[in-house]
Amino acid sequence: MKTQKGLLALIATLALIVAACGDGGGDGGGTTTPETGELGTIEVAEGEPIKIASLQAISGDAASLGTDQVRAIELAITDKAEIAGHPIELAFNEDDLCSSEGGQTGATRIVADPDVVAVIGTSCSGAGVPASNVVSEAGRVLISGSNTSPYLTSDLAGKEGPDHHDGYFRTAHNDGIQGAAAAKFVFEELGLTQIATINDGDPYTEGLTSAMAAAFVNLGGEVVIDTAVTADQTDMRPVLTEVAAAGAELIYFPIFQPAGDFIAEQAQEVSGLEETVLMGADGLLSDTYVVLPQTKGMYFSGPNTPTTGAYDAFVAAYEEAYGEPPIQSFHAHAYDAAMMLFTAIENIGQDQDGTLVIDLQALRDELHDITYDGLTGSLSCDEFGDCASVEGIDIFQNTDDTADIVAVRSNPLITYTPEELGIGG
Amino acid sequence: MTEATAPARRTRRASRITPVATFLWFLRIVALVVILYGSFQSISSGRLNAAQWRDLIVFGVSTGSVYALIALGYTMVYGVLRFINFAHGEVFMTGAMSAFLVANGLATTSLWASNPVLSLLIVLLASMVTSTAVAVIVERVAYRPLRGAPRLIPLITSIGASFTLQYIVRGLVGPSTRAFPRVEQLRGTWNIFGLVVLKSQIVVIVAALLMMAGLYLFVERTRTGRSMRAVSEDPETAALMGINVDRTIVTVFAVGGAMAGVAGALWGLVFPSLNFFSGFLPGIKAFTAAVLGGIGNIVGAMLGGVSVGLFESVGPSLVLAGYEIPAFSQLKDVVAYLALVLVLIFRPSGILGERLATERT
Repeated sequence: MKTQKGLLALIATLALIVAACGDGGGDGGGTTTPETGELGTIEVAEGEPIKIASLQAISGDAASLGTDQVRAIELAITDKAEIAGHPIELAFNEDDLCSSEGGQTGATRIVADPDVVAVIGTSCSGAGVPASNVVSEAGRVLISGSNTSPYLTSDLAGKEGPDHHDGYFRTAHNDGIQGAAAAKFVFEELGLTQIATINDGDPYTEGLTSAMAAAFVNLGGEVVIDTAVTADQTDMRPVLTEVAAAGAELIYFPIFQPAGDFIAEQAQEVSGLEETVLMGADGLLSDTYVVLPQTKGMYFSGPNTPTTGAYDAFVAAYEEAYGEPPIQSFHAHAYDAAMMLFTAIENIGQDQDGTLVIDLQALRDELHDITYDGLTGSLSCDEFGDCASVEGIDIFQNTDDTADIVAVRSNPLITYTPEELGIGG
Repeated sequence: MTEATAPARRTRRASRITPVATFLWFLRIVALVVILYGSFQSISSGRLNAAQWRDLIVFGVSTGSVYALIALGYTMVYGVLRFINFAHGEVFMTGAMSAFLVANGLATTSLWASNPVLSLLIVLLASMVTSTAVAVIVERVAYRPLRGAPRLIPLITSIGASFTLQYIVRGLVGPSTRAFPRVEQLRGTWNIFGLVVLKSQIVVIVAALLMMAGLYLFVERTRTGRSMRAVSEDPETAALMGINVDRTIVTVFAVGGAMAGVAGALWGLVFPSLNFFSGFLPGIKAFTAAVLGGIGNIVGAMLGGVSVGLFESVGPSLVLAGYEIPAFSQLKDVVAYLALVLVLIFRPSGILGERLATERT
């Protein structure tokens, strides 16, 4: 494992050196491109494809989150077909491993190719933190369809997140909204006032538990215990015993599988938690989680399913191409991310005798300016890269009648709009 | 230590207190104060009631008895060959994986619901057979050709064998995490002398105790067990006395593998989810347990396993909570390894001490 990583790093470094030399050679060639931005340009010769990359979780326990989005990107490329006469090529399909190591390695490998204009990814916020840095440093843009951690953009109140970089955009909601929706539901609809939050130290889970906790306390509730597990932990009984001792009426654990499996399973075995309500978030809202017997009765929050005709047509095309309905919640967001990128490239690309010149600074500016009508609503990016038009956050319950992810997601109990949550959309 | 050297040592210790010894004593006292103060704070706060402390202990003992079963394999191999078989965690994982495959197949039949005892015995048997076979094959392919080579070499081979096994399983069953089917009869609790305990954990603890008792008798009372001890004392003399050393070593691997197989099946009962990488962490924990108990010492491995389980289950709530460390449950692995360090500070060769005939070089 170690040596493999070392080898990868070596290859990545060599590739970077080669890439750097390649760029130098191009400048030396002296092609005159007037008024280029400080990030440089990417030139796509006549008949050559425009290269984009995907960096998603495509293996391991979060694989359904990433696979769902890779499929959406492929569909977007098929639908768009070409930009200014150039075909679009998905030049990389890297695995973000849903970890910061995966995000770092994958992003480094992708930006080593000087022709890649943009990266659609990552699946997990934990991978997004290093990827945002690497891709931004390289002058390209990273657009995520499912990162939701406030750390990557802002807290929605004008305060920049600690991991925000200029090349970062996302079409998924900011967890400031999801946390507030979960808190409002628990406090007002379930009528509970004492909750426990469990995160696994990943930016997504930590951002969401703290957003939820802050909103819950604002409403007048109490977070009786705010604790954490590790992502590879199997024995949750000790931590659940602590939760029982603290007297929590609900456990909010917006984490991933398999840790989420163990919490739901073992919560039934710990005395004092028999009546405790379980609630997860969009990271657990997947086809492999809701089918587990121990998750019956659990509540989830997640992005609301679009109801437009365009979305239905997209789902039909998805089923046609992959033989099953969408397996997670963020396919439409990834599709929008790709389409918004293509539109922006189309808007700023300059045609010079058949060669498409893409100014990278202009691309970033355009993504901030653009208003794009997508499957998930009207997207326009704020100064920190939050583009989602959050139509709402749905709260779902996995009941005895729901058999799979489609059944769960098509029966929201309630939908909160940003206005209802008091967050300026 | 023999009778003759003991007084000599005592005088030497009295006459010369080295800086290292002073430092060690300082460390011991600090560690004790830190632990006692944390525990006192935590218990006196009344955060957990007696039943919850008891639950934590039961959780710890049940996880610990699985660690103990795995630790036996590490310690027995160390006893005869003097190297750490890092592939042993994977031997455990292959057992757990085959237990899963068999259980998954059985769960669709009516036998699973109607006769859970027989079904679980079949699962246990499948797991033991697979683990034993894997352990013996690993010995034959990876270690026997290196008999007599410097000890570092089989150690490195064992790491290679470990990766090979992981990725073979990944290739055969895929990388996704599998959920072990439920045994309905093992859900819920039993009331034993006023103690309300989860059924699955009782089964795990009892099964592990039975296996360990059986192993102890096997090693101490049977002819094969005696030849294992003889090879561990001195392989050359044992060979001169007519013991087939190679066959004895294979037996050691087979017995260690069988124990890991039992652990694999029991693991499926307590933590019903596994993938090709699931053997790594329990393997490292069990190795910790073997060192903690005194490597090479069979009873030590059993004791060490239960101790590691207890430390990681009770430790965070008992010591860390006393200092109001946030999210202390996340630190349970740290606690387990710190416990190893602490035990080694007090007893440098483990709780029961290494049981080695020849000095380690």
